[in-house]
Amino acid sequence: MTDTIKHLSALLVAGKASSVELCQDYLGRIARLNPQLNAFVSVDPDRTLAEAQAADARRAGGNVGIPAGPLTGVPIAHKDIFCAEGWLTTCGSKMLSNFVSPYDAHVIEQFKLAGMPALGKTNMDEFAMGSSNETSYFGPVKNPWDTSRVPGGSSGGSAAAVAGRLCPGATGTDTGGSIRQPAAFTGITGLKPTYGVVSRYGMIAFASSLDQAGPMAQTAEDCACLLNIMAGHDPRDSTSLERDKEDYARDLSLPLAGLKVGLPREFFGAGLTGDTARAVEAAIAQLQKQGAQIVEIGLPNSKLSVAAYYVLAPAEASSNLSRFDGVRYGYRTPEYGNLAEMYEKTRAEGFGPEVKRRIMIGAYVLSHGYYDAYYLQAQKLRRLIAQDFVEAFKVCDLILGPTAPTTAFKLGEKTADPVEMYLSDIYTIAVNLAGLPGMSLPCGFDAQGLPIGMQLIGNYFAEARMLNVAHQYQLATDWHTRAPPLPETSGVRW
Amino acid sequence: MQWETVIGLEVHTQLSTQTKIFSGASTAFGAAPNTQACAVDIALPGVLPVLNRGAVERAIRFGLAIGAKLNRNNVFDRKNYFYPDLPKGYQISQLALPIVEAGELTVLLPSTGSGTAEEKTIRITRAHLEEDAGKSLHEDFHGEDGRPLTGIDLNRAGTPLLEIVSEPDLRSAKEAVAYARALHTLVTWIGICDGNMQEGSFRVDANVSVRPLGQKEYGTRREIKNLNSFKFLEQAINYEVRWQIEQIEDGHRIVQATVLFDPDTGETRMMRSKEDAHDYRYFPDPDLLPVKLDEDWIAQIRAGLPELPRQKQARYVSELGLSAYDASVLTSSKWTADYFEAMLSSAGIAQVKACANWVTGGLAAYLNQMDSSPDLCTVTPQQAASVVKRVADGTINGKIAKEIFDALWKGEGADADQIIEARGLKQVSDSGAIVAIIEEVMAANAKSVEEFRAGKEKAFNALVGQVMKASKGKANPAQVNELLKNKLGAG
Repeated sequence: MTDTIKHLSALLVAGKASSVELCQDYLGRIARLNPQLNAFVSVDPDRTLAEAQAADARRAGGNVGIPAGPLTGVPIAHKDIFCAEGWLTTCGSKMLSNFVSPYDAHVIEQFKLAGMPALGKTNMDEFAMGSSNETSYFGPVKNPWDTSRVPGGSSGGSAAAVAGRLCPGATGTDTGGSIRQPAAFTGITGLKPTYGVVSRYGMIAFASSLDQAGPMAQTAEDCACLLNIMAGHDPRDSTSLERDKEDYARDLSLPLAGLKVGLPREFFGAGLTGDTARAVEAAIAQLQKQGAQIVEIGLPNSKLSVAAYYVLAPAEASSNLSRFDGVRYGYRTPEYGNLAEMYEKTRAEGFGPEVKRRIMIGAYVLSHGYYDAYYLQAQKLRRLIAQDFVEAFKVCDLILGPTAPTTAFKLGEKTADPVEMYLSDIYTIAVNLAGLPGMSLPCGFDAQGLPIGMQLIGNYFAEARMLNVAHQYQLATDWHTRAPPLPETSGVRW
Repeated sequence: MQWETVIGLEVHTQLSTQTKIFSGASTAFGAAPNTQACAVDIALPGVLPVLNRGAVERAIRFGLAIGAKLNRNNVFDRKNYFYPDLPKGYQISQLALPIVEAGELTVLLPSTGSGTAEEKTIRITRAHLEEDAGKSLHEDFHGEDGRPLTGIDLNRAGTPLLEIVSEPDLRSAKEAVAYARALHTLVTWIGICDGNMQEGSFRVDANVSVRPLGQKEYGTRREIKNLNSFKFLEQAINYEVRWQIEQIEDGHRIVQATVLFDPDTGETRMMRSKEDAHDYRYFPDPDLLPVKLDEDWIAQIRAGLPELPRQKQARYVSELGLSAYDASVLTSSKWTADYFEAMLSSAGIAQVKACANWVTGGLAAYLNQMDSSPDLCTVTPQQAASVVKRVADGTINGKIAKEIFDALWKGEGADADQIIEARGLKQVSDSGAIVAIIEEVMAANAKSVEEFRAGKEKAFNALVGQVMKASKGKANPAQVNELLKNKLGAG
């Protein structure tokens, strides 16, 4: 593989390429392919190249103070949910279509410190609410494997950009599967860390108790490198965990002998389509061949996770999105007679239908007389769902299953029925409710040539072990090396 | 019919932290609009609150001072509503698990004529931490077309507040004022609030209802919002009570409502009725973890608490022999008590009554002229003590003492001795000199002498006054009395 982060880093270290050359190449590719994919919402070549020049200067050891790190000069794309100083930061919404952030999110700061130039901001479902990237105010993202299909969501722009080789890696966020499901739909690797490992400061909130940022890239090894940069305590986020820095790549080369993989029987029942089931079963066989033992486990409450999620996430969202009122920044309706009308028209015009639906659900479940029946009940379910995992991890090291029930579906196929859309995340949501780390990696293709993803779920802080398993699997398989049928993706670029 | 008034107060005290409760922006009052509002206060997309431990520490201090239960695990909730000066669209507050619960404050009620002051213990239901909103500025803003606009100043947004909620234990406006004053004394005393009511550091909402005397159930209450002086508190409650009784006696029902007091008319007027009340959709703020109070921290805060007003009051009565009234006035503020104790330590314990008299009398009068701001006090406790000492040792009499205090207040000398020296105010206790003056006065006032001898006792006082006047106030009054009596008797 010639365009992984690891490979580009080696080129830079060896002096065989400069960051400016890499960035120019990716910017050119974005210019040529983005009109087809709509993966990027904003690019700013001048800004990117200035950052690339600074990175090259750091590598050259010139008069720049901070020494270069292994990834200095490797470009990256950022989901448009991260506030980045000087960048339009839209969150996929008309509401923020004119918002230029005056500050950097913690994650953006960390990548700047590492010297990784930003190629642009990637498209996403509006305020991260969606599983297909069709709710974006800036139009849907197309799946590079078949542009009549969705890339998944909400981090669909980042997923399509990585899959289409428009960037070597990207940031994503995952509230109910928004890194893992698009990673599965586009044939890339994505990881949602343990809640609290990556600071949420500057990441526009959807559902605060579930949101977590993570890396998306071609390989598990690249995800480990990116997570090393993103993770770490940040006092500006009270839910950021105070833990010592760890090297997520430290265990990559460990053998899998003795690994106990739990298979939740609830994930392999009806609803799983033939190709996906076969691919995941083949992956299990592969891991067994590499020394893993298989344990059947039960996650009896996981079937309640979608229901609990669609109470809790909208409840938090309804409150988190109250700040978008047209008073201080963002969109404001041009014509209004009084304050109430200004609020009503601004929010009616500024938010799309899915966001409005969730604000309504959220306001409803929190309202007087319904709070106990919905919000409190859902919180109880959340504890039961988390408890299932506690029991499961007594008998296994990792849990394995499909990432999504289907492969990428057609644009427009599920937009008429929100509930069917919500079920795309049926295997991923429980992980967010429990605050556990989860990742998706490619494990095959269906009959139509669409990528299939498998999901690994780890215990709290088991990211290094998950990345180890994924890496060992990727050493033995080549699913992750397959590139979609876009111009220039098959040849050696570097 | 006889009516009983029932009042409970909700007091918003602004905590004296340097920075805001969830951001690092300054809380200083009076800066240009929006210069003390950071990204968190403006509620930019993506920002998060971080709790200021100083605010928690102050809430704990208050809880300990009122003997309350401290919730070792307390939770911040979001109170959701839209208003332009509420940047996030929700206020972070505490609903179900406030930091302080079930305390009490004993207050000295104003005496009811019999002279002896009566005590009453008011239960404090809870005190919870929350953030203040910004301010809407409705004046001085105009669009290009001249249309009036509303400005938003977010300097106050995020200022830490402790909302202290009493039980409906108060039975009159006077009791409510006594409680509010005692609370004001306490929060400033323990240093958690600057107490500045003009700047809004201590704001009172009063829940007022009336019921027929003897009825057990409470009447329907109306809440008077945002009273920022004790005078307005008293006026507003008195007006509201009269209004409610009139309404009921006229056959109307009281409807639960929120009202505002207009100081210009002295009346309350309806702001919104219960039907317009918001559904605040409270839920635990997922951006903030539950606040855990550890025992060591609480113990440390307890150890740092000063002697509280009531403890001091009791000690002034038992150890210093002061009256309950003097003790209560001397402990009406930390500043007053500190002044009194500093003066006493300089003057000596024998002068305790003289010191108490100066602080409760002369000093209070001077401060009243100055709008009661202790910052404007120009006489140090040591200077005041120097005067009291000279009265005690007979160097000056009480009348001269007043003159010296006045000179010190105006900054006309460093201490009593300097002023006595400069102005020649030393008391004349030389009998010869006093007798000489007496003889002059008797000669010049033969009529008064005649009257006295004819049995008119009042004439004696007139003669004393003349002698004192002739001595320019410096004659020792006791000696004047004695020597004049002798002279008249010898007559």
